[in-house]
Formats: sequence, structure tokens, C-alpha cells
Amino acid sequence: MMLTMTGVHAHYGHIHALRGIDVEVQAGEIVTLIGANGAGKSTLMMSLFGNPRASAGQIVFDGEDITGLATHEIALRGISLVPEGRRVFPRMTVFENLQMGAGFAAAENFEADLARVFAMFPILDERKMQRAGTLSGGEQQMLAIGRALMSRPKLLLLDEPSLGLAPIYIRRIFQIVRELNRDHGMTILLVEQNANQALKVAHRGYVLQHGGVTLAGSGEELLASPEVRAAYLEGGHG
Amino acid sequence: MSAVVFAHHAMTPAERLRDAGWIAFVALVLGIPLIGLTTVDAGGRLEVATRFGLLAVFVAVAFAGRLVLRYGLDHARARRLRRVQAGTEADDGRALAQRVVTVLGWFALGAAVALPLVFSGNRYVVDTATTVLIYVMLGWGLNVVVGLAGLLDLGYVAFYAVGAYSYALLSTQYGWGFWQALPVSGALAASFGILLGYPILRLRGDYLAIVTLGFGEIIRIILVNWTEFSNGPNGISSIPRPSFFGLEFSRRPAAGEQSFAAFFGLDYSPMQRLIFLYYVILVLALATHVFVSRLRRLPVGRAWEALREDEIACRAMGMNTTNIKLSAFAIGAMLGGFAGVFFAARQGFISPESFVFTESAIVLAIVVLGGMGSQMGVVLAATLLVLIPEFGRNFAEYRMLLFGAAMVLIMVWKPGGLLSHREPTLRLGAAAKATEGGR
Repeated sequence: MMLTMTGVHAHYGHIHALRGIDVEVQAGEIVTLIGANGAGKSTLMMSLFGNPRASAGQIVFDGEDITGLATHEIALRGISLVPEGRRVFPRMTVFENLQMGAGFAAAENFEADLARVFAMFPILDERKMQRAGTLSGGEQQMLAIGRALMSRPKLLLLDEPSLGLAPIYIRRIFQIVRELNRDHGMTILLVEQNANQALKVAHRGYVLQHGGVTLAGSGEELLASPEVRAAYLEGGHG
Repeated sequence: MSAVVFAHHAMTPAERLRDAGWIAFVALVLGIPLIGLTTVDAGGRLEVATRFGLLAVFVAVAFAGRLVLRYGLDHARARRLRRVQAGTEADDGRALAQRVVTVLGWFALGAAVALPLVFSGNRYVVDTATTVLIYVMLGWGLNVVVGLAGLLDLGYVAFYAVGAYSYALLSTQYGWGFWQALPVSGALAASFGILLGYPILRLRGDYLAIVTLGFGEIIRIILVNWTEFSNGPNGISSIPRPSFFGLEFSRRPAAGEQSFAAFFGLDYSPMQRLIFLYYVILVLALATHVFVSRLRRLPVGRAWEALREDEIACRAMGMNTTNIKLSAFAIGAMLGGFAGVFFAARQGFISPESFVFTESAIVLAIVVLGGMGSQMGVVLAATLLVLIPEFGRNFAEYRMLLFGAAMVLIMVWKPGGLLSHREPTLRLGAAAKATEGGR
């Protein structure tokens, strides 16, 4: 098991955002978390990343307990986050953004990693000297994913990657998620509002409600489940 | 690109001449009372004299100036239009602006080196230039914190004060020399920077500004009230001046010491010391510039900029934002401390009066007006902000009004600061090479 979260609780100030979450991710899997706004999807991802820290429970990554670690220490252990809303560095060039993603270590891998990212996203190669803030939303999302890949993560966290993108880019992003997993063996934890698309690419999924897991199963099972259909797919979300 | 092309008809030469003629006419009307007529003192009586020759020159200059300006504006507009149509506006414009700034930079450096030689007899010019350089150095220091790391610091003067007082106390109490005290005072200021940095790690924007403002005031109030330590509002006087490799700048050096003038066989002149001080701050400022420019290209500098852009993304990259913030505060404070040491050595007297909030505000204004993060912008803004009040002396009580109006105008005209373009830390050539290696 690559990632095991057991009984994880998290608080934002007085708000009890996660109430005993159990989530597992195996190496080579795409796992998606779906749920309504405020169900705790993003909180789960952020507390896995140490911000906020889990107030109870245990998070084990690659056989190591990372519950109490600081965010940057967790990142150094091979978890990379593509934050919600892309959050590229707008005044820095595409190239500099990718440099930042590579972090401080492993300078000898830099060129190979850069070539890999450019091969995956040729548009970034074309635009590498352009300021990231001038890219379109979809291009920024590709940059954010490319930036996260530069640190050679074992586990990639994608927080709402399709949010606010044009339909053509939404399809492209899900295609990228699938390619990353299939061709590069990347393990991915995907948080999405777009439940239909997310469940189609994911091997397994968890449905979150009020800070707890209410349903778990394979992507197809969840897609077929009447509760999921009623709550997330037929309400105009699909 | 769907650029709207305005149908702007090109002016014919006749129209240009008519346009310039109008301006010359306005100049003539205004010029008659302002220039054409003047009062002269003729044996205790005032008489009106005429200066129509000068007026003619004035009108001719207005006419020619208008022609050239009009032509230049049209030319620039036509070029911009062409670039927009070609869709390469941004790249070309920036590259050109960057070249201009670089040339200006070298020109400014040359002028700065030559200035005291040209004006070696003019105490006022050398003094003012020294003040400009102090502000340039302070601006470069604060630029690390505000411009690069994006942490709004309203109490920067605190570090300036720490530097100044540590040199003042080390030299008057323990007899330390300028060059010995400089690194120690810088280190002291840096540790104050870290001290300030710790409690405010979690704060951003407005909240951070309030706390730093408070910190600046705390330092000043301690200096005013802790009389045994800092001599309170009376300040510290007779702070020793820096020496030139052990040679003093005085008419009659202390026993066993030799004076600069005697050693080089020159006649003693107080200007020698002023010019020496000018070069000291010039060297300090240049060292600061080189240091900060280097840092910007190192991982720590890029981390500062990333922090300014997006703190959450920084964390997601696995960056330790605590260390990044503290290093920015420490290095900014250290540079402010160096400037403070120099300030104390130059003035020979310091008191808490020199370290009021206005100083922080001016340094911050220099950074913001210059364009956050731009090194050359700081030089330009510091020069303007020191020189405008100096020129304004002619306007007596309207001086600060003029100062404020100039700041408002700069912000209206250039909201991002005078030089707001951010230079990438890596050029295309180098980047292309870096990627080709991996293919």
C-alpha cells in the first residue's frame, strides 16, 4: 500500500472538517475523491500534505508515518501537489516555474525531467520564455501538472484540475491523467467535482459527505450506484 | 490577435507646421509677461526692461520642440501599431526596454564614479549624492523583503537604526573602527531581522504591515527612553569617521596617527573626507547590488520570488517557507544595517529623530515607485525622491506638496512603478541549451 490514511480527523480552527477518514491508495492506481462542495475533499488532500495537520489518526506513506511532518518534508518524500486553482507563479516564466518545481535537489535529473515534461506538453516548450500569467487556463493547468512532475513524485495529488477550464481542456486534462497513469505508471489521487469524468478514469473512488467517507468502490461500481447517480451525476453535474 | 486598428491619419508636413505654430503662439503669449518683460533696478528705482531676444529664442525652442515631439510620438505610435499587427509587441518592447535600462545603468555607474571628481569643490552636490546613495542602498535592502519576497515591511527603519546605533556604541564605547564594526553591526541587524521574522511567519499583507510598523516604533521608542543605553533623545555624538586604511581625514591627526592629506602630500581640505565617504557608500551600494543580483539567480532568490507569487504553491513544491521568509528578513535587515553604520559614520551624530516612520515610508516609496523587485528602478526612484525635495527648496513651504504631487503623478502614469518589468533569471539562449541537452 502506497498511502494509508486511518481515522484521520482535521480541524480548521473550530470547524471539524474531517471526521475519521479511512482512505487507501495502491501504487499504480488512480483514486478519486468525489463529493459536494464543503464535503472535505480538498481538506483531506491538504491534511495529507500537512496543512492543516491531522488532529487525530495516522497517515502512512510508503511505509513511513508522515502524520506529524511539515509540508515541505512531506513533499520531499515524494508527494507532489497540483493545487486547486493551478497557482502557477504568474510573473515568472514557464521555464522558471518548472525550475521551481524541480526544487533544490537532484540537479542532474533536471534536463531529463524537463525534456519529459516538454514531450508531454509541447505547448510548454513553445511558451517556455513566456510569463506563466499570460497562459490560458488550460495551459496553466498543464504547467501546474508539469511543475509537479518535475520533482519526480511517487504520488501525484490533483486538486480539482478541471475547475474553471473550457470543455476542450477538461477532456484534455482527464486524458493527461489517464496517460500519466498508464504510460508513466504514476499513482494519482484525484479530487474532482466533475464526478462523471473522474469516476470514468479512476480505478477506485471514495464519496465524501460531511467530512466522512460514505461510499467506496471501483470507478464503475460508483458510476452505477444509485446514490452516486442521484447525488452527483443526474443533478446537472454530468 | 484581434487588435483594434484605429484609423489614425498621418499628419502632413503642413499640418505639423501649423500645429507647432500654434504652440509657438501660445509660448509667445505666455512668454511676453514671463520672459519678455523684466524689472531692473536702476539707481533705486524699478524700471521695466525688455528681453525680446530671449523671448524669440524661447518661442523658437517651443516651435522646434513641438515639431520634434509630435514627430516622435507619431513615429512611436506607428511602430507600436506595426508591432501589434505583427503580434510581437510584448517581446520586442521588453527586449528594447531591457537594453535601454542596461545602457542607462552603465551610464549611471559612470556618472556616479565621476561625480565627485567633477564637483570636487561643491560640497552640496557631493553631500546630496551621498544621501541619494544611502537611499539607493536602503532601497536595495528593502527590495529583497518587499520586492522579491513580497513581504510588506513598514518598519524597515528599525534595522537602519540597529546598524547606526551598533556602530555608534561600538566605536564610542569600545573604540572599534568603522571596518571592524561594519560586519558586526550587519550581523546584529540581521539577527534583529530574524527576531522580527519569527512572530510574523504566519502573517501576510496588511497584518504583516501593521506588525512591522509596530516593530519599527518599538525600536525607536526604546532608543528614546533607555537613556543609559542609547543616551535617549540627546543621541550619540562624536562618532568617529571611517579612516582610509588607517589614515585619518583631519587637519591635525591624533598623536601617533598620520593624516590622509599629509601621507599623500596634499593640502588638507574637508572635501577629501566627503569624497572619501561618497566612494565608501558607492562601493557598499555596488557590493549590495552585486550581492542581491547574484542571490536572485540562486535557488534562494527564486524561492523568494516564488513566495511573493504564491505561498501555497511554494509549499506544494516542498519549499520550506519558514526559512525562505526568515532569510529574506535577515538579508534585508543586514543590508539596512550596513546603510545605518555608514549613516552614523557620515553624520558623526545620531539620535532617534533620524529613525522615524517617515524614513520607512520613503524607503518603501522608493521600492514601490521604482517597480517592485527592480534594481534599476530603485536607483531611479531614490534619485527622484531625494532630488525633488532638494529642488523643491526653492518653493519653501510648498516643498512637500510638490513631493506628494510627484509621487501621485508617478503612480498615475506608471502604476507598476517606473521600471516594472521583471527580468527572467534565465535567458532564452541558456534555456534552449539546457533543454537540448535532455533530448
